[in-house]
Amino acid sequence: MLSDGVLTRVIAQRVAWALLLATLSPALSLGARESASQAASTEEVLIAPGEIGTPGGRLVTSLRADPKTLNPATAVDLPSKQVLGLLSADLIHINSFTQGTESALAKSWKISPDGKHYTLELRRGILFSDGHPFDADDVVFSFQVYLDEKVHSPQRDLLEVGGKPIQVRKLGPYQVAFDLPQPYAAAERMFDSVSILPRHLLEETYKTGKISQAWNPATKAAEIAGLGPFRLKQYSPGQQIVLERNPHYWKMDSRKNRLPYLDEIVFLIVPTQDAEVIRFQAGETDVLDNISAEDYQVLERSQGERGYRLNDLGPGFEYDFLFFNLNDLNSKQLPEISRKQEWFRRDEFRQAISDAIDRDAIVRLVYQGRATPIWDQVTPANKLWVNTAIPRQPQSLEKAAALLKSAGFNRRADGTLVDAHGMPVEFSILTNPSNAQRTKIATILQDDLTHLGMQVHLVPLEFQSLIARVFDSFNFEASILGLVSGDADPNPEINVWTSSGGTHVWAPNEVHPLTPWQSELDRLMQLQTTILDYKKRKQIYDRVQELVAQYNPVICLVSPNILVGAKDSLSGIKPVTMRNHILWNAEQVFWRPTPARKK
Amino acid sequence: MIANKKLWWSAGALISIHIVVLSAGFFAPYDPTEQNRDFSFAPPMHLHFVDAAGKFHLRPFVYQYLTHSGDGRLQGYEEDRSRMWPLRFFVREERRAHERTPGWAWHLFAVDSPGRIFLLGTDDYGRDQLSRFLYGGQISLFAGLLAAALSLGLGMVMGGVAGYFGSWLDSVLMRGTEIFMALPWIYLLFAVRAFLPLHVGARQSFFLLLGVIGVTGWARPARLIRGVVLSAKQRDYIQAARGFGASSVYILWRHILPETSAVALTQAGLLVPQYILAEVTLSFLGLGVAEPVPSWGNMLAELQKYYVLESYWWMFAAGLALVLIFLLYHRLADALQLRLASATS
Repeated sequence: MLSDGVLTRVIAQRVAWALLLATLSPALSLGARESASQAASTEEVLIAPGEIGTPGGRLVTSLRADPKTLNPATAVDLPSKQVLGLLSADLIHINSFTQGTESALAKSWKISPDGKHYTLELRRGILFSDGHPFDADDVVFSFQVYLDEKVHSPQRDLLEVGGKPIQVRKLGPYQVAFDLPQPYAAAERMFDSVSILPRHLLEETYKTGKISQAWNPATKAAEIAGLGPFRLKQYSPGQQIVLERNPHYWKMDSRKNRLPYLDEIVFLIVPTQDAEVIRFQAGETDVLDNISAEDYQVLERSQGERGYRLNDLGPGFEYDFLFFNLNDLNSKQLPEISRKQEWFRRDEFRQAISDAIDRDAIVRLVYQGRATPIWDQVTPANKLWVNTAIPRQPQSLEKAAALLKSAGFNRRADGTLVDAHGMPVEFSILTNPSNAQRTKIATILQDDLTHLGMQVHLVPLEFQSLIARVFDSFNFEASILGLVSGDADPNPEINVWTSSGGTHVWAPNEVHPLTPWQSELDRLMQLQTTILDYKKRKQIYDRVQELVAQYNPVICLVSPNILVGAKDSLSGIKPVTMRNHILWNAEQVFWRPTPARKK
Repeated sequence: MIANKKLWWSAGALISIHIVVLSAGFFAPYDPTEQNRDFSFAPPMHLHFVDAAGKFHLRPFVYQYLTHSGDGRLQGYEEDRSRMWPLRFFVREERRAHERTPGWAWHLFAVDSPGRIFLLGTDDYGRDQLSRFLYGGQISLFAGLLAAALSLGLGMVMGGVAGYFGSWLDSVLMRGTEIFMALPWIYLLFAVRAFLPLHVGARQSFFLLLGVIGVTGWARPARLIRGVVLSAKQRDYIQAARGFGASSVYILWRHILPETSAVALTQAGLLVPQYILAEVTLSFLGLGVAEPVPSWGNMLAELQKYYVLESYWWMFAAGLALVLIFLLYHRLADALQLRLASATS
């Protein structure tokens, strides 16, 4: 998804978002809580390993915007995903910590030898957060919704294999079979982040065709239920969302205490990054995610005395990149941009720009050293898939100038770069001011490119308008955005690199590949989905990275480190580089008992 | 007499500030857009007269910064006392290629290359804050002045016409002022900006700012002027002029507008700072001139970021200058007011 901190766009979330779900390991002390003992006899709970915690307390955190919806089938924006991660659960989950799959609502699963049939055993006797039992009908219903084209669910993309949707069959009250048209490399990872919906609450709405509008922010808390560790208690738009403990959650710690430990999680709506930092520093919020490097420096100074600790988790899966408008603009009335596309389409032009960029300066000035320069889309965090053979070329203005010359560009006496027709090279870069880092990157690029004689203008634009220009009207010349892959696996990236992909930022939904390298990218990305052998897949994905580095459909710049903070007295927190960085295992987070604690 | 002194004193101070800012090319040591990427957020350099050995030098000098960094991060700056970099005055410098802002050939001061001098520190990108401050003042101060001139000019014409001719024209114009006074000009500017092409150059956005501020600001002065005109046109000598057959335009120009000049001047003293602030507000919101061209508004916009606010005090320079300039303008308006009162009594 594109990350602004606000909108996550389409695809990547398939795999990506699984992370939000708090699965993994659980624990809960205090067996006295409700019916844990009696339930355990009939209910197949998951015993989660981990530290035994103390129940009670509330955790306060912040969201940058109101969630647009609480409907797992339609949510695309980050705030919605963050809240939904705590309210819902999937069948098979990707553990953010190990990056491997683990049992969630499916107790176990079998894959047929040809890789096309999956049989899942569901947990018996477990309940939705409103007390209604969960069974195979809920699973079949959920997949029916996700696969319905009319619902426009972002998950649909990832439930299609080779262009055909997967088939779901109920084999028994607790057994479901999935049939794939062809073997699928992501295998059971595809079930991650496909949240199971309560049939008893949503079937009516679905039949009347209104499922897309269901569970909006105006819906009463009692009408929303899920299988996540928490359930909605109260939502005051623009102010806060209060989640309470789901008393029926299906995980227990190794002492048979039902998880989660916390009684409540409160999301305050705090619209700016600075306000979030100030609130955290003042102790009003307990955890802080996505801290900018500069704020980290400020927070670091009062780290000990204010009772919080910070964590630099190293490079994450997010990367910032510059890209040009490479859309086929024939149908659009944009003569000025079409004319400039003559430059943008030149491989030498994009390569020259990549060579002229001082990535080290970006790391130093924008991220205070807490980032890594990159030349292709796989960040160093992704150890399994990164192609280490990609050359890390330092800034070279001479090389860039020579490339431009070879492509027919010339410098005028006053230093201005002109193309073969004598037109000065001048273009604008869109940035969204709500992201201070990207704006700063743009200012650095602007200065770097002046040295080549290009005139670059920065156009600050509110994020939604920027996205509309990039994805709908194509009325832009260049822009800087960030993407974050939801999973270490290359599969979710298919939406970014294939010409028909929805997050194919430089030319979304391109009908036919316009260049030979694009055709090769399409072929490789499709091919890798069908190959089950890691080594062979790695070779293919290495080649994808080579193509990206060589042809620069997007010019990859840097991958920022993941910086997070949490109160000292919070235990069970295991920050990870995959999203959701802190609350991915919210059910196992607890307050260490201290006499001084006010909560 | 005291009022007079106050008047000349503040007017003199303001005029010198404007001259300095206008000659930014001479006073500023660097191109305001030039980045020194090794010196991000360097604090202001101290001017020294006494060297490490305790010897006094008549010519002030600076020490260059040594950066010390730990685990790949810049931790701070320290003066490198091993070499003095004396200031040279009235230096002639060749224009460098790709220099964005046409500077002057002569600079007031400089240090020998590769030394640098940052008397007001640097910003994120290591751009000299003093140079940015001076060049930024050109936009901010003159936007205020020109917008005030524009809105006062419009206000005088409208107010004069409405007050002098009265009747239906007066009603129409005054209802007009009410509409303009009710206009939320920030939203108007948002709307105007939305209609323009994506990329607006620094010059265009400067004039756009001027236009919007001036056009939405004429209403208040117009009402004031109208009041003065209303009372003036009852005066005997105006009746007499009319009796002699003078035309309306002549009377307005020769007799009535001069009556309003004192009010207009005082009004100007109040409007200019208000409009400087408007420019600053707009640039602060990202609606003014775009990076890398400096204005006091976009320099102050840096302070929106918590870490800047918290860590780098020299980034407040433009804010302090604004306070000083506002005080001067208000003193000036005050003195004009007093003078006006003493002249009429």
